[in-house]
Amino acid sequence: MNGAAVSAATPLIEVKRLQKFFGPAARPVRAVDDVSFTIQRGETLGLVGESGSGKSTIGRALLRLIDSTSGSVSYRGEDLASASGSRMRALRRKLQMIFQDPYASLNPKMRVRDILGEALHVHGLAKGKGATARRITELLQLVGLPPEHAARYPHEFSGGQRQRIGVARALSVEPEFIVADEPLSALDVSIQSQVVNLLCDLREQFSLTMLFISHDLDVVEYLCDRVVVLYLGRVMEIAPTAELFARPLHPYTQALLAASPKPDPLVESVHVPLKGDIPSPVDPPSGCVFRTRCPHAIDACAQTRPEPRDMGGGRVKACIRDDIQAGAAP
Amino acid sequence: MNRLDVRGLSTSFDTDEGLIRAVADVSFTIRAGKTTAIVGESGSGKSVTSLTLMRLLPRTANTQVSGQALFVNRAGQALDLLTLPEPRMRAIRGDEMAMIFQEPMTSLNPVFTIGEQIAESLRLHKGLDGAAARAQALRMLELVEIPAATQRVREYPHQLSGGMRQRVMIAQAMACDPTLLIADEPTTALDVTIQAQILALMRRLQAETGMSILFITHNLGVVAHHADDVAVMYAGRIVEAAPVKDLFARPQHPYTRGLLACLPSQQRKRPPAADGKRRLYAIRGQVSSPLAPPPGCAFEPRCDKAIAACRDAMPALRRDDAGGSARCILVPEAA
Repeated sequence: MNGAAVSAATPLIEVKRLQKFFGPAARPVRAVDDVSFTIQRGETLGLVGESGSGKSTIGRALLRLIDSTSGSVSYRGEDLASASGSRMRALRRKLQMIFQDPYASLNPKMRVRDILGEALHVHGLAKGKGATARRITELLQLVGLPPEHAARYPHEFSGGQRQRIGVARALSVEPEFIVADEPLSALDVSIQSQVVNLLCDLREQFSLTMLFISHDLDVVEYLCDRVVVLYLGRVMEIAPTAELFARPLHPYTQALLAASPKPDPLVESVHVPLKGDIPSPVDPPSGCVFRTRCPHAIDACAQTRPEPRDMGGGRVKACIRDDIQAGAAP
Repeated sequence: MNRLDVRGLSTSFDTDEGLIRAVADVSFTIRAGKTTAIVGESGSGKSVTSLTLMRLLPRTANTQVSGQALFVNRAGQALDLLTLPEPRMRAIRGDEMAMIFQEPMTSLNPVFTIGEQIAESLRLHKGLDGAAARAQALRMLELVEIPAATQRVREYPHQLSGGMRQRVMIAQAMACDPTLLIADEPTTALDVTIQAQILALMRRLQAETGMSILFITHNLGVVAHHADDVAVMYAGRIVEAAPVKDLFARPQHPYTRGLLACLPSQQRKRPPAADGKRRLYAIRGQVSSPLAPPPGCAFEPRCDKAIAACRDAMPALRRDDAGGSARCILVPEAA
């Protein structure tokens, strides 16, 4: 790997002060603004946030499907922004993506065997027709599809099956790291749990490291080791999953957890919904971006941008107030 | 009193590939001032049920509708929505019965201001003149808590956020003070903090006006907190119906049990598997094609509890001991 020695302490993925702006430089859409986090080998990191929080943009920037405005993303200590085209192609074998919409992310004019075969061919992973066919059979079985489906086109499958093909395509090149961008949100509940189990099994079988992007807090709680909570392109809180859900520290995390209705009519939901809309990322509020909706906002919140602070126990919080009781809002 | 009493509703589409029974033998009631939720996954027939009741299915769809849907209007008359002459239906739609949809962007007209769109139904149904209708439209926007309503009333749908558009849809639906609101996945396109606002708003308006709500959704969390009665649909049929607390406390039908067990939040209640691995409960397979339904129970091919008799005939929806009714031969019938 580029000759550089990677110590055990080096995270597999390190994101430092990542910024991604779209549109005119004078008045850009600040989609991702100064986001930093790390992902350790074998870890599944959840990226949570509402529309416009920048979670998909971060996922794409991580695989350099889009170029970042500033900041860095490194894989095993190697800066991806400075990797050459050919180096990046080689790295993509290790860094793969599963997309949200299995209807849009598979080429409708290609048979399944060509979709999977293309990835094998590009990376020279199966020599000859026989070896390619054997590998495709293996991949389909891996994701729970019958091998004879290799001759079918994407439109012949249901949503859940298509997402399995998307997973098989990502796994075909034996990646080390996968970005899964809302892989469940287009699926029905009964199909979601099938795909969650598949992801869990494969993660274990291939020791995958994952960035799991989702707005579904229940799935994130089930699937992830740690969680990054985003709002309007900034990090609000980072914490190990169990701690985050048991004792959210940031007012936004508290509101987000309280707003998500629990599937149990006996759990009283008496919370007061957050007021107002998510502001425009073209014109984010000064200071803390959440302050316009925060029930705990004070004058000082408008003055300076709160830096993410280490709160101990692997927890990070970007909020100047430490006098707010931890735990989900009532 | 029941605001709506649906009995044996069936909707079929005659397609080139064959007859599709999208809704079959559906019966449920909505009490006055209460909310009945219809829960189901894609293709379960929940949206076709609501469109059939509103008589909004396109004429080109070669639809065959049968059954009864008795709607009690403000005057206390019971009207069968399925056989009412079209002019009378048009007078009820948007007045006594209103509907909000999942996608407020595609259901609002992009070339009219939101004020004009709300005023339209007031002119049509309440006979208000232009100025009075516009003034009332403004009051409706204030009712649904749209900030700076005097300015917003002159804006177009594209100038609003998703949450604000859904508020406009609700304002439009509430304009004529309906007695029945049909809400088809009203919060599915919204973020969770905005969903909470819209649900709170709907709840407040229901408390203030005493309207009934038919809530169509796939979200069991929303159902748990915003429905009084629940009907679970699978492949066009109601497989289980019960008051909300009974349904969640004692689900009877294997499909309802499966749906609830699938939820990741239920996982903590389950012991790990024999190999120590954590796994989510999953309903195997997928919904059968509506063109080739299984011979007996529609859920039988995916059901863990299925026995040979399940393939013989579609079970009837029978009263059970848990306070509701279930369409499964393995659920004991109420004594």
